[in-house]
Amino acid sequence: MMTSSRRLAPAAALAGLLCLGLAACGGGTTKDSASAAPSAAVSSAAPAAADPNAPIKEGLKIAFLPKAINNPYETIVDKAGIEAAAEYKGEAKEVGPSDASASSQVSYINTLTQQGQDAILIAANDANAVCGPLKQAMAKGIKVVSYDSDAAKDCRDLFINQASSEEVGRSQVKLMSELVGGKGEIAILSATANATNQNTWIEFMKDELTKPEYKDLKLVKVAYGDDDDQKSFQETQGLLQAYPGLKGIISPTTVGISAAARYISGTDYKGEVALTGLGTPNQMRQFVKDGTVEKFALWNPKDLGYLASYAAAALVSGQITGAEGETLKAGKLGERTIGKDGEIILGPPFTFDKDNIDEFDF
Amino acid sequence: MAPDTTAGPAATRAVPGGAGVAGNPLGRFLRWDVLVGVLLVVVFLGGAGLSPGFATVGNLSFALGDLGEIALIALAMTMLVVAAEVDLSVASVLGLSSALVGALWDAGWAIETIIPLVVVVGAVCGLVNGLLVTRLGLPSLAVTIGTLALYRGLAYVVLGDRAVAEYPQQFTDLAVGHVPGTPIPYPVMLFVLLAAATAVLLHATGFGRSLFAMGAQEEAAYFAGVRVKRVKLILFVLSGTVAAFAGVVYTLRYGSARADNGVGLELAVIAAVLLGGVDFDGGKGTLGGVIAGVLLIGLLRNLLMLNDVSTEIQSIVTGLLLIVSVLTPRLVSAFRRRGRPPLTVPTS
Repeated sequence: MMTSSRRLAPAAALAGLLCLGLAACGGGTTKDSASAAPSAAVSSAAPAAADPNAPIKEGLKIAFLPKAINNPYETIVDKAGIEAAAEYKGEAKEVGPSDASASSQVSYINTLTQQGQDAILIAANDANAVCGPLKQAMAKGIKVVSYDSDAAKDCRDLFINQASSEEVGRSQVKLMSELVGGKGEIAILSATANATNQNTWIEFMKDELTKPEYKDLKLVKVAYGDDDDQKSFQETQGLLQAYPGLKGIISPTTVGISAAARYISGTDYKGEVALTGLGTPNQMRQFVKDGTVEKFALWNPKDLGYLASYAAAALVSGQITGAEGETLKAGKLGERTIGKDGEIILGPPFTFDKDNIDEFDF
Repeated sequence: MAPDTTAGPAATRAVPGGAGVAGNPLGRFLRWDVLVGVLLVVVFLGGAGLSPGFATVGNLSFALGDLGEIALIALAMTMLVVAAEVDLSVASVLGLSSALVGALWDAGWAIETIIPLVVVVGAVCGLVNGLLVTRLGLPSLAVTIGTLALYRGLAYVVLGDRAVAEYPQQFTDLAVGHVPGTPIPYPVMLFVLLAAATAVLLHATGFGRSLFAMGAQEEAAYFAGVRVKRVKLILFVLSGTVAAFAGVVYTLRYGSARADNGVGLELAVIAAVLLGGVDFDGGKGTLGGVIAGVLLIGLLRNLLMLNDVSTEIQSIVTGLLLIVSVLTPRLVSAFRRRGRPPLTVPTS
């Protein structure tokens, strides 16, 4: 028979190895001590000066990496970007994970780096988690443009903002206030809890709500539908049950607003609870026509993809370097100026209602 | 990469019900874990020939690093499955560990304190699983489905919906950096060491043989003097510990602690273990097969991605491979059994 110590020895050895790995790290590093230490210099050699008159190179290889490939909104953006690439004779494609997770995006960033793309366009699932691999891509000379949802500032050359986050956030509160007569409990139905863009908008919404004209509007809850149709549907149901006095829901995500509209349109809440947010005309058309939703907002996602595509091409061709104040020439959209932190804003959000919705097909 | 593959079947043969293939000189090569190894070589050579970006140092180094957490957890999972148990809560332990790292770091704790602490928490998670299985006699599948939800829930309690980033660079470098002078990422190095230790443990010690014995016929093992409950408890504690440590690696590698880190990872781990030829009913399998299985899934996925194969097709390929891996050994042994006196299969 084996002795007890003999049986336990290997387990102890394994545990010992683990401990060894841990013991290798002595001292005491805390958040404060780490941030006090000088951060590694990220800025490499000063970028070459921009040559606004440089022609766009032909045959550029650019890749769109959306949050997830089955997100209908991002499909529209990416398609438009791919079409734009055809205008400047580039080769563009869309690749991406089927789940909106940062870890699967990281694998794709590596793959695109290995394929030697000229530019990567990314809608980040987690601003920090994608940062390391994007830096590696940039170190290999690949230009990185984030769109829709930003990556950390030093991990991309440019961020194409669909609309100023501030304008989006504040205008949503304004829309909601109009719909409920400036009074009552409201809730927000967001995407994932870590979605960079949604969180920024929500911050501005909260800030807007502190203004005196909205003193009678009360934000009772921010719910997360994870950009999943079924989960968003259930969260809507949950909100309405938990807050019987709820007057309105703002859903700043296309998946959320359509799921919420579908739930509300099939219940007695229709006409009682106001719903607005960010949606696409095709998804929302029937709910605008049946009175579930009066107004909602969005920018034109096709223009977003188009602008991002041109921005990537201009970066690779040396027309711009991403510095503040440079001018981007974006085909049929005209010119845009690069703002602070390498941000380019597409334009103000656009409000859809029953009178204009039929003019749009996307 | 090639731990002792002879001890596995040797141990199996010693046990009633184990499929004896020793008499057939070809048997050794017809074993599934060897086939997986061959398949791995085929995928690698095929990939190197077809995709210029595949067999580069940079790509392989990344692809291996990307497998780090799955590979680490697979080591402990292999021993559990060999002993006819399973731990589905590993990804949730990873998530809980990640959430704890984030919350404590944000609260100003020293990372040197945080890491050992969360590993201990992982061990406790494993202990809870083990106690429920061994003391209450519950099936591990049911117990760990429960703790899968429980630990993930705790992760959300700890960190909520936040994401905590900005870890000290000397630690993130340990997770993404390479052993100086080589393209080998640190987590891969750690995996190699632990894999060697696990291979010895599983295939060259009494403890390892007792796992095969338990997996094949628990009662027989018990009457042969194996302290079945104690051994199982150790396995669950190990599994929780390794999963929590993998959570630390995951957090530092992505530089982002979130409660939803690693959702669904347990299936990738179990897929690799099964693909590596470990019998889900226990008693059969080799660590070499599992390592080949982890590498095969990882490199195949990397190769498909490099060739712009869509995610849907990737998961179809992996799924089919898995079914084939479970089916083939059964078909082979059914084929062998024809024309021979039937083996006495004990009823468990």
